[in-house]
Amino acid sequence: MSSQPNSFRNQPDECGHFGQFGGRYVAETLMPLVLDLEREYRAAKADPRFQEQFDDLLEHYVGRPSPLYFAERLTDALRMDAPEGMGAEVWFKRDELNHTGAHKINNCVGQILLAIRMGKTRIIAETGAGQHGVATATVCARFGLPCTIFMGATDVARQQPNVFRMKLLGAEVVPVTSGAATLKDAMNEALRDWVANVHDTFYIIGTAAGPHPYPELVRDFQSVIGREAREQMLRRTGRLPDLLVAAIGGGSNAIGLFHPFLDDAEVEMLGVEAAGYGLDAKHAASLAGGAPGILHGNKTYLLQDEDGQITEGHSISAGLDYPGIGPEHAWLKEVGRVKYTAVTDQEALDAFQLLCRTEGIIPALEPAHAIAAIVYRAREMPRDQVILANLCGRGDKDIFTVAERLGVRM
Amino acid sequence: MTRLADAFARGRPALICFLTAGDGDTAANLDALVAGGADVIELGMPFTDPMADGPAIQAADIRALAAGTSTADVLAIATAFRARHPAVPLVLMGYANPMVRRGPDWFANALTDAGVDGVISVDLAPEEDADLGPALRDQGIALIRLATPTTDDARLPAVLAGAGGFLYYVSVAGITGKQQAAMASIEENVMRLKQQTDLPVAVGFGVRTPDQAAAIARVADGVVVGSAFVELVGEHGAAAPAHLQALAAGLSAAVHAAREAHA
Repeated sequence: MSSQPNSFRNQPDECGHFGQFGGRYVAETLMPLVLDLEREYRAAKADPRFQEQFDDLLEHYVGRPSPLYFAERLTDALRMDAPEGMGAEVWFKRDELNHTGAHKINNCVGQILLAIRMGKTRIIAETGAGQHGVATATVCARFGLPCTIFMGATDVARQQPNVFRMKLLGAEVVPVTSGAATLKDAMNEALRDWVANVHDTFYIIGTAAGPHPYPELVRDFQSVIGREAREQMLRRTGRLPDLLVAAIGGGSNAIGLFHPFLDDAEVEMLGVEAAGYGLDAKHAASLAGGAPGILHGNKTYLLQDEDGQITEGHSISAGLDYPGIGPEHAWLKEVGRVKYTAVTDQEALDAFQLLCRTEGIIPALEPAHAIAAIVYRAREMPRDQVILANLCGRGDKDIFTVAERLGVRM
Repeated sequence: MTRLADAFARGRPALICFLTAGDGDTAANLDALVAGGADVIELGMPFTDPMADGPAIQAADIRALAAGTSTADVLAIATAFRARHPAVPLVLMGYANPMVRRGPDWFANALTDAGVDGVISVDLAPEEDADLGPALRDQGIALIRLATPTTDDARLPAVLAGAGGFLYYVSVAGITGKQQAAMASIEENVMRLKQQTDLPVAVGFGVRTPDQAAAIARVADGVVVGSAFVELVGEHGAAAPAHLQALAAGLSAAVHAAREAHA
């Protein structure tokens, strides 16, 4: 790279651009609102009481800090197939132990505090697998705000347990039947609701995407993952990891892990997209198989055809099944600071089972993608090197999908 | 004088009619609108993810895309329309991604070749003007901006910078085709906008009947009707032209005479 920035951690610019990506591509009705949100977020960031409240809830409600865990048996299992002297240590940041079972809650806590600060009295959100919907419904119950969750009708049908969880928590779940009735259609419908209810409604976006300032604020709220991990790793081992690995749908858990390390030149980073049935078939790998474009408020890599029509993604993991990616990842790919790869449904499924049996941890299918990439990378790295991956969610929600793929009737 | 400016300089309010390109026999449907008295045609570029549109236009986009409508088809429809109607202004409305897919210069050149007079890009905020604005203005194509009930006086100059053709006042904070705003609010906002711009102000969203259109035309320079036409195409298919022309005739008579009646 000829013109590397002095720091990789000072994006976006004041207009919300990460290089050529990001920005504020929204209908005019929403524009004053996203400008207002930006002002409120700046004020909140500078307010020590906001930070205190956020930290307090993360500690006592979410259960942070999450542990940093050396996966000894997984490391040993991977060394069995590795060349002599090879096979890096694998460590996990255990964000699957958070309340509600994934990293999503970190962001929801931050955003609902912002919503309350802005005097908003109603919350909406989109959800794919239902994890963000559950996390949003959870914080809405905690703060007594009414909440409407938009969820593609296809996802409602295949994620019944999460639909019921949201309802138990008092949320209204609206099945969206437009398009393929999955995550992007749910996001369209949430935007339609928002545009009609701007006066009282706050939209809690679930990933580090959407119009500025969402990619920035979601990243900031999720960066607790990387800050904790960096400190824990230094305390436990006296050194930084050699490689960070995280799964990417929209990219919030990955940017949360990566961002605090971006200026540590010795730390390599790998984002893992969903290759679905394969990159030459149906997949959800926007960086590997997409092109820059504009959708849902930001410019980023998108799965699209030559006319700019958005194409449907596919992943075994509903949480990765989105045709876009957060704009900061698009930028980090372009400047070369983070490497990106993709693994298939089958590779993720194999990794899912490997972790169950070696570590007694049932991971969500999202981090199973990260683990699948580790299976390849660990054996190429010497034994004294360290891989740190984000175990961003637990797999309870996925056991039905996995059973079906393994041909098991439950 | 440009075709768009001319449409607003006839001493009477203008009727702007919207249809989605590729939904049904678009050429025949557009001709029916012109025959019914449309002053400006707004041609929708179908998009997979029409975030600002209600059920009627969403359904039209799905029908158009399912029929295989491509960007080349939309441009061909525009080119043919221009050949048949040399004087009727034609505006392309849609979402940013299909417009910038091959680059802003490609798009601006293609629109020039097709004889398109203006562009409305729903999700291309003024803050992101650089993606398309300079290329269109270089070619003399108006970038028509939207103002809404949430666009306050402090923000309006940003919306007007680089704007051309007319200012499209979205009368309801919401999606297309739904409820209509209170007349008092429309009148107050149109007056507010006209204090800050010399561009004609046209009002749309939720306008369906001649009575509604006439009431708006008393205070605005133009009235935009979309979902009501799109629903007729969905309902009547190949038989749509007669219905479109009848509705356009009723609307245009009401809009064109709105100020005489109150003079």
